[in-house]
Amino acid sequence: MPKKKTVLRVNGRQHELALDPNVSLLQALRDLGYTDVKNGCEIGECGACAVLLNGTAVNSCMVLAWQANGAEIVTNAGLGTLGKPHPIQEAFADAGAVQCGYCTPGMVISTKALLDRNPNPSEAEIREALSGNLCRCTGYGQIIEAVQLAASRLQAERLAVAAMPTASLTRECGDGCSHSPDRQLDPKLDRGRR
Amino acid sequence: MSLPQFEVVQPATLGEALRILSEVKDAAPIAGGTNLIVDMRAGTHRPRMVVDVAALRDLHGIEVTDTEVIIGAATTIAEMLASPILAKHATVLVKACSSFANALIRNRATVGGNLVTAAPCSDTAPALLTLDAEVKLASVRGMRRVPLEKFLVNAFSTIRRSDELLVSVRFRIPSATATGAFRKMGLRKVSCMAKVDVAVMLDGDATGRCTSARIAIAAASPAAVRARAAEAALVGKMLIPEVIAAAAALTAKAAAPRAGSEYKLRVVEGLARRLLAEAARALEQGGSNA
Repeated sequence: MPKKKTVLRVNGRQHELALDPNVSLLQALRDLGYTDVKNGCEIGECGACAVLLNGTAVNSCMVLAWQANGAEIVTNAGLGTLGKPHPIQEAFADAGAVQCGYCTPGMVISTKALLDRNPNPSEAEIREALSGNLCRCTGYGQIIEAVQLAASRLQAERLAVAAMPTASLTRECGDGCSHSPDRQLDPKLDRGRR
Repeated sequence: MSLPQFEVVQPATLGEALRILSEVKDAAPIAGGTNLIVDMRAGTHRPRMVVDVAALRDLHGIEVTDTEVIIGAATTIAEMLASPILAKHATVLVKACSSFANALIRNRATVGGNLVTAAPCSDTAPALLTLDAEVKLASVRGMRRVPLEKFLVNAFSTIRRSDELLVSVRFRIPSATATGAFRKMGLRKVSCMAKVDVAVMLDGDATGRCTSARIAIAAASPAAVRARAAEAALVGKMLIPEVIAAAAALTAKAAAPRAGSEYKLRVVEGLARRLLAEAARALEQGGSNA
């Protein structure tokens, strides 16, 4: 089969690829080293492979790589690094929402998509937003708490930023949200950190 | 696990897409891909060519005219959930969308894909049946509009010919007093396939008499179906519990569950009774719409 020229823009980096048409976005991302995108079920049931595709959370196993041509893709590792975790990632750690960790990248991505459009979600809205992400360890309680914790911390940050004189806001965050203005993606860190 | 090999084409226009579908025998249109990718991975569907229709303008958007609501076939379930037009004119469809699979799938799955796949457990089909929806099919031979009820033939079977593309689904704007209700029964609250779906749409006059009734069920028969006899038993009657109970019993008669799933008959009857009562109550309070 003729290869399909595909440009994947992942966590701010651009990859120009020639792929077989049957390669899923999940497979392409993992082959590129974005192994924080987990391969769970490959039938759209578990959400472990969730990524943001132009800001929308999708199962990357349910997207063919060429369908994501030119789109802005953000994985869990694109939100923050071990040294500079995203408040959502921090909240997952602090709330004990991580056990085996396999579902966590997808949970974090669905949480990011939720909080971007709804900064103060109810518990029902959180459960709804995470309905496509399965966890086989924790039983969801701590995960819901982590999302609530992340929401309150992000809101507090927004209030703090709003109170700051504008001159002090010199740099923008890489993923476009209002927290940690100094977080820039380090190209060496957004892959292979694991 | 890899998918089987296939060729992909990305037509720029609807006309080009239709030409490809007419010329290539085993070409499969793809929009969201949430059915096609799963089927290809399982090996149950092996198209030689995949035709990307996701970007075709003609398949997008939710619009409202003076008389109709028109939904492009490549509209995602999430887009329908967020649509002010559907929130105003078709809450029964919005309710169906809110119980559709899960949040991640709803961001990719499309209404056209859901109807064309024609799974018995389609959630959009019963809601659209109560809206008396029509689908528009296009091919190089022309366009045709078909009632959804005729479009759905059997489990995973529709009247769509292989060279046809489902372009849009449309329905007349329900009257301002018409009231709809939808309920899905599955193994879980979310992220599950329907064991039974029931959708109802009632309208009535100022005296409380039912002037129009539509009831549809899914997952309890090979294709989603209207319960015509139950509807007839409601029109012209006051919506008192006895009338509703009789219509609910007739709704179960429209179901044809597989052997071993006879429990669904009781579920259909129970859900129909509850939803009809719910809609009748809402009608009494002036009706929401649809």
